[in-house]
Amino acid sequence: MRRILRFSLAAWLMPCLSGCSQLPLLDPQGPIGKAEMHIIGMAFALMLIVVIPVIVMAIWFPRRYSASDPKGDYAPKWSRSARIDLIVWLVPGVIVLALGILTWRGSHRLDPFRPIDTGVKPLSIEVVSLDWKWLFIYPDQDIATVNRLVIPAHVPISFRITSDTVMTAFFIPQLGSQIYALAGRQSRLHLLADTPGVYTGQNQQFSGRGFADMHFRVRVTSKKQFAAWVHRARQSPHGLDAARFAAIAKPSVRYPVSVFSPVSPGLFDDIVNRFRAGPAAGR
Amino acid sequence: MLGRLSLSAIPFDNPIIMGAVGGALLLAAVILALITWYGKWGYLWREWLTSLDHKRIGIMYIVLALVMLLRGFSDAILMRSQQAVAYGGSHGFLPPGHFDQIFSAHGTIMIIFMAMPFMAGLMNIAVPTQIGARDVAFPFMNAISLWLTVAAAMLVMVSLGVGEFSKAGWSGYAPLTELKYSPGTGVDYWLWAFQIAGFGSLMTGINFLVTILKMRAPGMRLMRMPTFVWTILCTNVLMVFAFPVLTVVLALLALDRYLGMHFFTNTLGGNPMMYTNLFWIWGHPEVYIVILPAFGVFSEVVATFSGKRLFGYRSLIYATIAITVLSFAVWLHHFFTMGAGADVNAAFGIATMLIAVPTGVKIFNWLFTMYRGRVRFTTPMYWTIGFLTTFAIGGMTGVLMAVPPADFVLHNSLFLVAHFHNMLIAGTLFGFFAGYAYWFPKATGFSLDEAWGKRAFWCWFIGFYLAFMPLYVLGFMGMPRRMEHYANPAWHPWLVVAAIGTAVILLGIIFQIVQLAVSIRRRHATRDLSGDPWQGRTLEWAISSPPPAYNFAITPVVEDFDAFQDMKEKGTAYARPERYHDIPMPTNTGKAFVIGGLVFVFGFAMVWYIWWAALLAAVAILSTVIARSMQDEVEYVIPAAEVERIEQAHLRQQSAMGAGADHG
Repeated sequence: MRRILRFSLAAWLMPCLSGCSQLPLLDPQGPIGKAEMHIIGMAFALMLIVVIPVIVMAIWFPRRYSASDPKGDYAPKWSRSARIDLIVWLVPGVIVLALGILTWRGSHRLDPFRPIDTGVKPLSIEVVSLDWKWLFIYPDQDIATVNRLVIPAHVPISFRITSDTVMTAFFIPQLGSQIYALAGRQSRLHLLADTPGVYTGQNQQFSGRGFADMHFRVRVTSKKQFAAWVHRARQSPHGLDAARFAAIAKPSVRYPVSVFSPVSPGLFDDIVNRFRAGPAAGR
Repeated sequence: MLGRLSLSAIPFDNPIIMGAVGGALLLAAVILALITWYGKWGYLWREWLTSLDHKRIGIMYIVLALVMLLRGFSDAILMRSQQAVAYGGSHGFLPPGHFDQIFSAHGTIMIIFMAMPFMAGLMNIAVPTQIGARDVAFPFMNAISLWLTVAAAMLVMVSLGVGEFSKAGWSGYAPLTELKYSPGTGVDYWLWAFQIAGFGSLMTGINFLVTILKMRAPGMRLMRMPTFVWTILCTNVLMVFAFPVLTVVLALLALDRYLGMHFFTNTLGGNPMMYTNLFWIWGHPEVYIVILPAFGVFSEVVATFSGKRLFGYRSLIYATIAITVLSFAVWLHHFFTMGAGADVNAAFGIATMLIAVPTGVKIFNWLFTMYRGRVRFTTPMYWTIGFLTTFAIGGMTGVLMAVPPADFVLHNSLFLVAHFHNMLIAGTLFGFFAGYAYWFPKATGFSLDEAWGKRAFWCWFIGFYLAFMPLYVLGFMGMPRRMEHYANPAWHPWLVVAAIGTAVILLGIIFQIVQLAVSIRRRHATRDLSGDPWQGRTLEWAISSPPPAYNFAITPVVEDFDAFQDMKEKGTAYARPERYHDIPMPTNTGKAFVIGGLVFVFGFAMVWYIWWAALLAAVAILSTVIARSMQDEVEYVIPAAEVERIEQAHLRQQSAMGAGADHG
């Protein structure tokens, strides 16, 4: 089904496009994104059962019963038909039932909070959205980056996400699901990348002046390359502590890609908890 | 003395804004000069600004809606042009602060100051005449609703030149709209304009709810009401239940901003998620508030121009009621990505899909009304057929986004923008345009030009596809909404196509202006003498066009749901009564207009922290309301002889026309 959908969409888009890579959602690179595209394809196909007849009838009926050149009979009082009533309530009803089952299962299977179980130990990454940049903390590797996410392929990534400013949405279109980031709260997201490559990550929720520049590169590497990158990153001359975090958090656009090591332990929790504290600690 | 207002509030350094302000002021000056030149101030005041006649109030609402449509559409042109050029290294011609104001204003204006007044206008013109009533239940409150809406719209317009408008989107999500993140006047303009218009809408809802429930002609049981009246009844129920939530959520936000409270702040126990919930508890029913009346218009239009009873009237009414009830149980689908958990998301997703069933039923009812009918291709019918084909696509994309896992990748992308424009343009706006063309002869007494109307339709129809189908594609290309500039060159060609689509729609709007001008010029040739230009089926067509102040000289007795069609078939239409009676009608009053003006002053003073002016305005508003409620003489009497004269004149016109037709 997905192939049919992709084919028909691609055929429609052909004049302007060279390939599918320009339609990132139709070219997912991980199981979450793939499952979501599958659901979109299924839902589309189910709904076309109703939508196509509607469009055909909307064009055909007025032509057939045109007052200037009518081809069918005229029944000005005809306004009821148990059979038609039954069909128009039942067919959409059955389709919605099917969609409902799809929705119930899909919502649970693809709940962003639900860990991906592949038998591989997930990599933890903590995400902080700032005005207007992204901070990524790798607690187990003791490194942090700004505006650059590097992850190994075939390893489930377990994100903890918060915001140090207004509400934003963390989204890597080719890997699937987005989730909101809110100050004082921790969202969870689990993603997995199948193929090494460079993808785009972005803020999907408008957040003010610098919103348009609030995107970042996602580099998906092999496990070996990832280990090498971690090794290099740990040589960084700058560490990340509360003071440096405060400096980074000041509103700015196009913050340069940066790497920090070591990272103050518990920094992410501190960022979350600051907003939860009582009046004395309030900002 | 003037709060935070100073000369620096006027953006003299911004040529685009100053150009727009200059243009608006020039246009206003020309209009004022013309009124003065023709000496129409007295006429304007006596016959319009002080009028409590629902038909005149309806026309003024629609004038407001059309003016605001031009403003909102100008914003659309700016946004589409910006995104057509601002890619790669270029930042286009709009800096982020300005671009953000434009999309915030576009959304606010199109929903609150275009769709809502358009709906209120159609409802004012059609509902009392469809139910055989002489006016609405509370004529004075009706006028206050209008002038509150106008005052709020003026606040938005003033924000163009004095200060700024909100940069936080039309939905004003906290905490971005809190003082910490939006310290300027923009959010305050948005807040007060929204709040004041919301009050107006709430009063309209109460007014028409009572009107429909209490003032129907004898014999018009609920299940004999015209479908438009039914959809308006359901809309009013939604308004009465939903708007108080908006009032509260905006009041809480105002407390945060003005008195340093913490309802929706990040800190000190504030909860921004509560804002999102409350906003959409109003916001989702609001979608149905503007679309149900359009469904009502389509039901009237399709039956009239198919020359046939509406197919499945009961089914359609139950579908409308089902939508009304369900619309309160789906608000969370606006934020599946906030992480509510799988059970909650799935429940709201399924509730949303359920709405597709009654909506689908309605579509089939309209289709089967044309089936075995005799379809006349008038402009209202063009809008209806355009709607039926296009709305199906929007419904499909809507149900798609009701599936939470699909929404996780499509949310806040241009796919979403394409979806809701698919519903609001091809659904609501096409419906209102159909209603505009359909009831225009009833409200004014002459017809709109058909040729220009159809040209405008084709431009809107083709322009819509060109402008919004690329946005669906861009959603799949991962483009978020509200991008002031972007780096991805692959998005660019699609945004150019969308900009071209906007230009085609502009042509459609120009054709509509031409249509109006041509129709006014030819009004003597296209006068509607019969009162029933379309071979209508409901009661409003039983009276003259435009109807007399009292609508019905004798209250009609209803025996079928197509009441007027039934009378025509039984030969009881236009029956002359034995004698006419005196008719009491509400006297015109300037107090509603004055209250509107004072509310504007209040809103402006609150935005700029001019506390003394706000206080004075509030006291003056209260005093005016008290003065009005002290007034005993609020009605005048149209004597029976005068009623007879008016009615006889109309019947003479009609029979002259009928005689003409016989000879022809």
